Amino acid sequence: MILLLLKILVFPGILFLVVLSMIGEYFDRKVYAKMQNRMGPPWFQPVADFIKLLAKELIIPKNADRKIFKALPLVACSSVIIAYLYIPLWRKESIMSFNGDIIFVLYMLTIPTLTYSLAGWYSRSQYALIGSMRVLTQLFSYEVPLFMAVLAPTILASSWSFTEVINFYNAGGSLWLVNFIAFAVAIVTLQGKLEKVPFDIPEAETEIVAGSFTEYTGPLFAYFRLAMNMQTIAGASLVAAVFLPFGYGSFFIFNFIIYIIKVTFIIFLLAVIRTIFARLRTDQMLSFCWKYLAPIALVQILINVIIKAAVLK
Amino acid sequence: MSKKLGKMLAETISSLFKKPATSSYPFKKREIHKHYNGKVAYIKEKCVGCNMCVRNCPAKAIFITKIADKQFEATLHLDRCIFCSQCVISCKFGALKNTNEFELATGDKSKLVVKL
Amino acid sequence: MSKKVVIPIGPQHPALKEPASFDVTLKGERVADILVKVGYNHRGIEKACEERTFLQSVYLVERVCGICSHSHSTCFIQAIEELANLKIPPRAAYIRSLIGELERIHSHLLWLGVAAHEIGFDTLLMYSWRDREIVMDLLALLTGNRVNYAVNVIGGVRKDVSEEEKDQILKAVDILEERTKYYVQVATEEVTLIERLSKVGYISHEDALKYGAVGPTGRASGIKRDIRKDDPYAAYGEVDFEVITDDHCDVYGRAVVRVKELMQSYSIIRQLLKKLPQGPLSVVAPRLIPAGEAVSRYEAPRGEDIHFVKSNGTDKPERVKLRAPTLANVQSVAKMLEDGYLADVPIVIAAIDPCFSCTDRMIVAVNNVSTAKEDRMDWKTLREFSIDWYKKNRGVDFTKLKKLDK
Repeated sequence: MILLLLKILVFPGILFLVVLSMIGEYFDRKVYAKMQNRMGPPWFQPVADFIKLLAKELIIPKNADRKIFKALPLVACSSVIIAYLYIPLWRKESIMSFNGDIIFVLYMLTIPTLTYSLAGWYSRSQYALIGSMRVLTQLFSYEVPLFMAVLAPTILASSWSFTEVINFYNAGGSLWLVNFIAFAVAIVTLQGKLEKVPFDIPEAETEIVAGSFTEYTGPLFAYFRLAMNMQTIAGASLVAAVFLPFGYGSFFIFNFIIYIIKVTFIIFLLAVIRTIFARLRTDQMLSFCWKYLAPIALVQILINVIIKAAVLK
Repeated sequence: MSKKLGKMLAETISSLFKKPATSSYPFKKREIHKHYNGKVAYIKEKCVGCNMCVRNCPAKAIFITKIADKQFEATLHLDRCIFCSQCVISCKFGALKNTNEFELATGDKSKLVVKL
Repeated sequence: MSKKVVIPIGPQHPALKEPASFDVTLKGERVADILVKVGYNHRGIEKACEERTFLQSVYLVERVCGICSHSHSTCFIQAIEELANLKIPPRAAYIRSLIGELERIHSHLLWLGVAAHEIGFDTLLMYSWRDREIVMDLLALLTGNRVNYAVNVIGGVRKDVSEEEKDQILKAVDILEERTKYYVQVATEEVTLIERLSKVGYISHEDALKYGAVGPTGRASGIKRDIRKDDPYAAYGEVDFEVITDDHCDVYGRAVVRVKELMQSYSIIRQLLKKLPQGPLSVVAPRLIPAGEAVSRYEAPRGEDIHFVKSNGTDKPERVKLRAPTLANVQSVAKMLEDGYLADVPIVIAAIDPCFSCTDRMIVAVNNVSTAKEDRMDWKTLREFSIDWYKKNRGVDFTKLKKLDK
């Protein structure tokens, strides 16, 4: 019992996730800067930003709903943490699991997005209102391709449980390479989920200041930022667990390093995407997700169904 | 005209291995070439007190005061100076000239009025 | 079902680096109506010129704009020289054109970065501003200053271009040309960029004429007007260049026009340096400028710049009137934004390369008609109003704060 609590609270639970999210943010910003031929921040910058924001004055707009306004960042943080507890990291089992936890994790990762939208809604500011509506519009455009992409590999494994999917692909040799198309779709939609260029429409600085977060200051904004960074790690871990199911040997250190490399690689891919594109418009994002991403994800599902019917049987 | 997705990819990836273009200013100083319009220098001996620089200064930043017979003193208000070096052109006797000195910021306002 | 929301873009907004206000009425994501308000940054430069001598005014006018400072100073000086009937030496004319073209390069590269930032393409911003440093250094080398060059004097120029500096300019221009070719490729090939720029901020040829668009904004709608060609000043009559026009009529066209103009500028600079005549740098100018009126035109990077100077025979101008190019273009913005998306508002505004501080020549009452009685407040009322506002809206009590009004 105490061991489980320690696992949840310290390693590989909450504390580990927070530390990893800071490192992830640093890596993302540094690579982004390097690709733009800049210096980038020093290693302690994410921590410094977090502490600075915590120390800042908390201002809540007069018209905002105080209770919900304060509660939303914590809801966002906790839902990401819960999702993270169910994702297997360097072992085939996660801290907590049940049959069908992939679906559960996907839904837990949707909750932060909803809180961003609600945050904008309850701020009662025009910019935040527009941002809130854009968050929802964006959610509707990327969520379906993301679900289809993540669930495509599970068709082959005939299971919605992380452990069984990983076991299946480990036994199947290099069968996981089949899911490459879905992996690409998942990376692109993850970019949308994390609201980064080219899908940073809800936060488009030059249009609606900071979108839903316009009225958020100080500690509350710090928790939203933390939630966003943890979401990056959780999303990367999810994609790593489903699409890169290898490196689950018997040595802990070895497995741990492979996990870190996987997450770093995915964050690197996200950083590259955010470097080389311009921001899309809402309508362009919608048509891109539904015209291109969803059919591509469907193709993957089709391939997997054919493989399952023709080869595996 | 062929459309491409991610046209800048090659450039950004190659930038990963390049030295950043950022100049780490206070630690590494830029080389300033000799024509730079920095703080004005004053050569006492050459000044005849014609006050042309004072008359022409667009920012009213320079003042010449007489301290004794044929001896003058220049006061420069760095907070007003716009570094146009009009005074240098106006001086027919070569008593004012440009220097490369540009790091003139200070936290103390009283230090901004300097005797040249 | 969609309710109308009014979004204030400006006077303080991340998209605009200068104070101007656009009240955008939205219907969903679409722009239903837009109200342009300028007048937040009136600095009284025209009036201040009347208090200064012509010589001092040159430096003041140079500070109308931070980007096209040479344009304003040259335009103003041309008017003075016309009044005083001065003929500047050919070498001075060449150097003026040279600095003017370098300034155009610096301004267009700056615009490229700003425009890229408005559509969230920060990488292009970083790259183009990095390359802009080359031309900034060149300007510092030639004139001694990075921004307000102070290279013009009445009757000529102040700084010469040595042989060594010529080589440096040519070398830098080669690097810049290569970089610009790359940007032309990026602008014409990168899909997300084209998607965001084309068919955005459309203004037809007829409308552009009707609203009086100037500079690259007008040229992107096929208006073949360039003061450098139509009414050559400085040394532009002696160089060969092309007036770039485009028929896209949208933001993409404006970007293409600007990037192509960069290529023209490099060729102009090469020709100027090749032909640079020997001779004196300036002629002696009188302190007292003869009475009269003069209008001078100059093709600034953003468009046609017009200066009117009236002298009464003293050493101070009697009246100075400036018309910065943005004032001519700002009217067309409302037309361009009609029925557009909110997401396109910043890039459409940025596409005219606005410089609101140059534009603001007057103070206008910016309040709506409904609150007209609050239009003017004296200091005391304003203070009481703000203390009351903060107490009510932010819960902060400023009553005890030291009084500034005595």
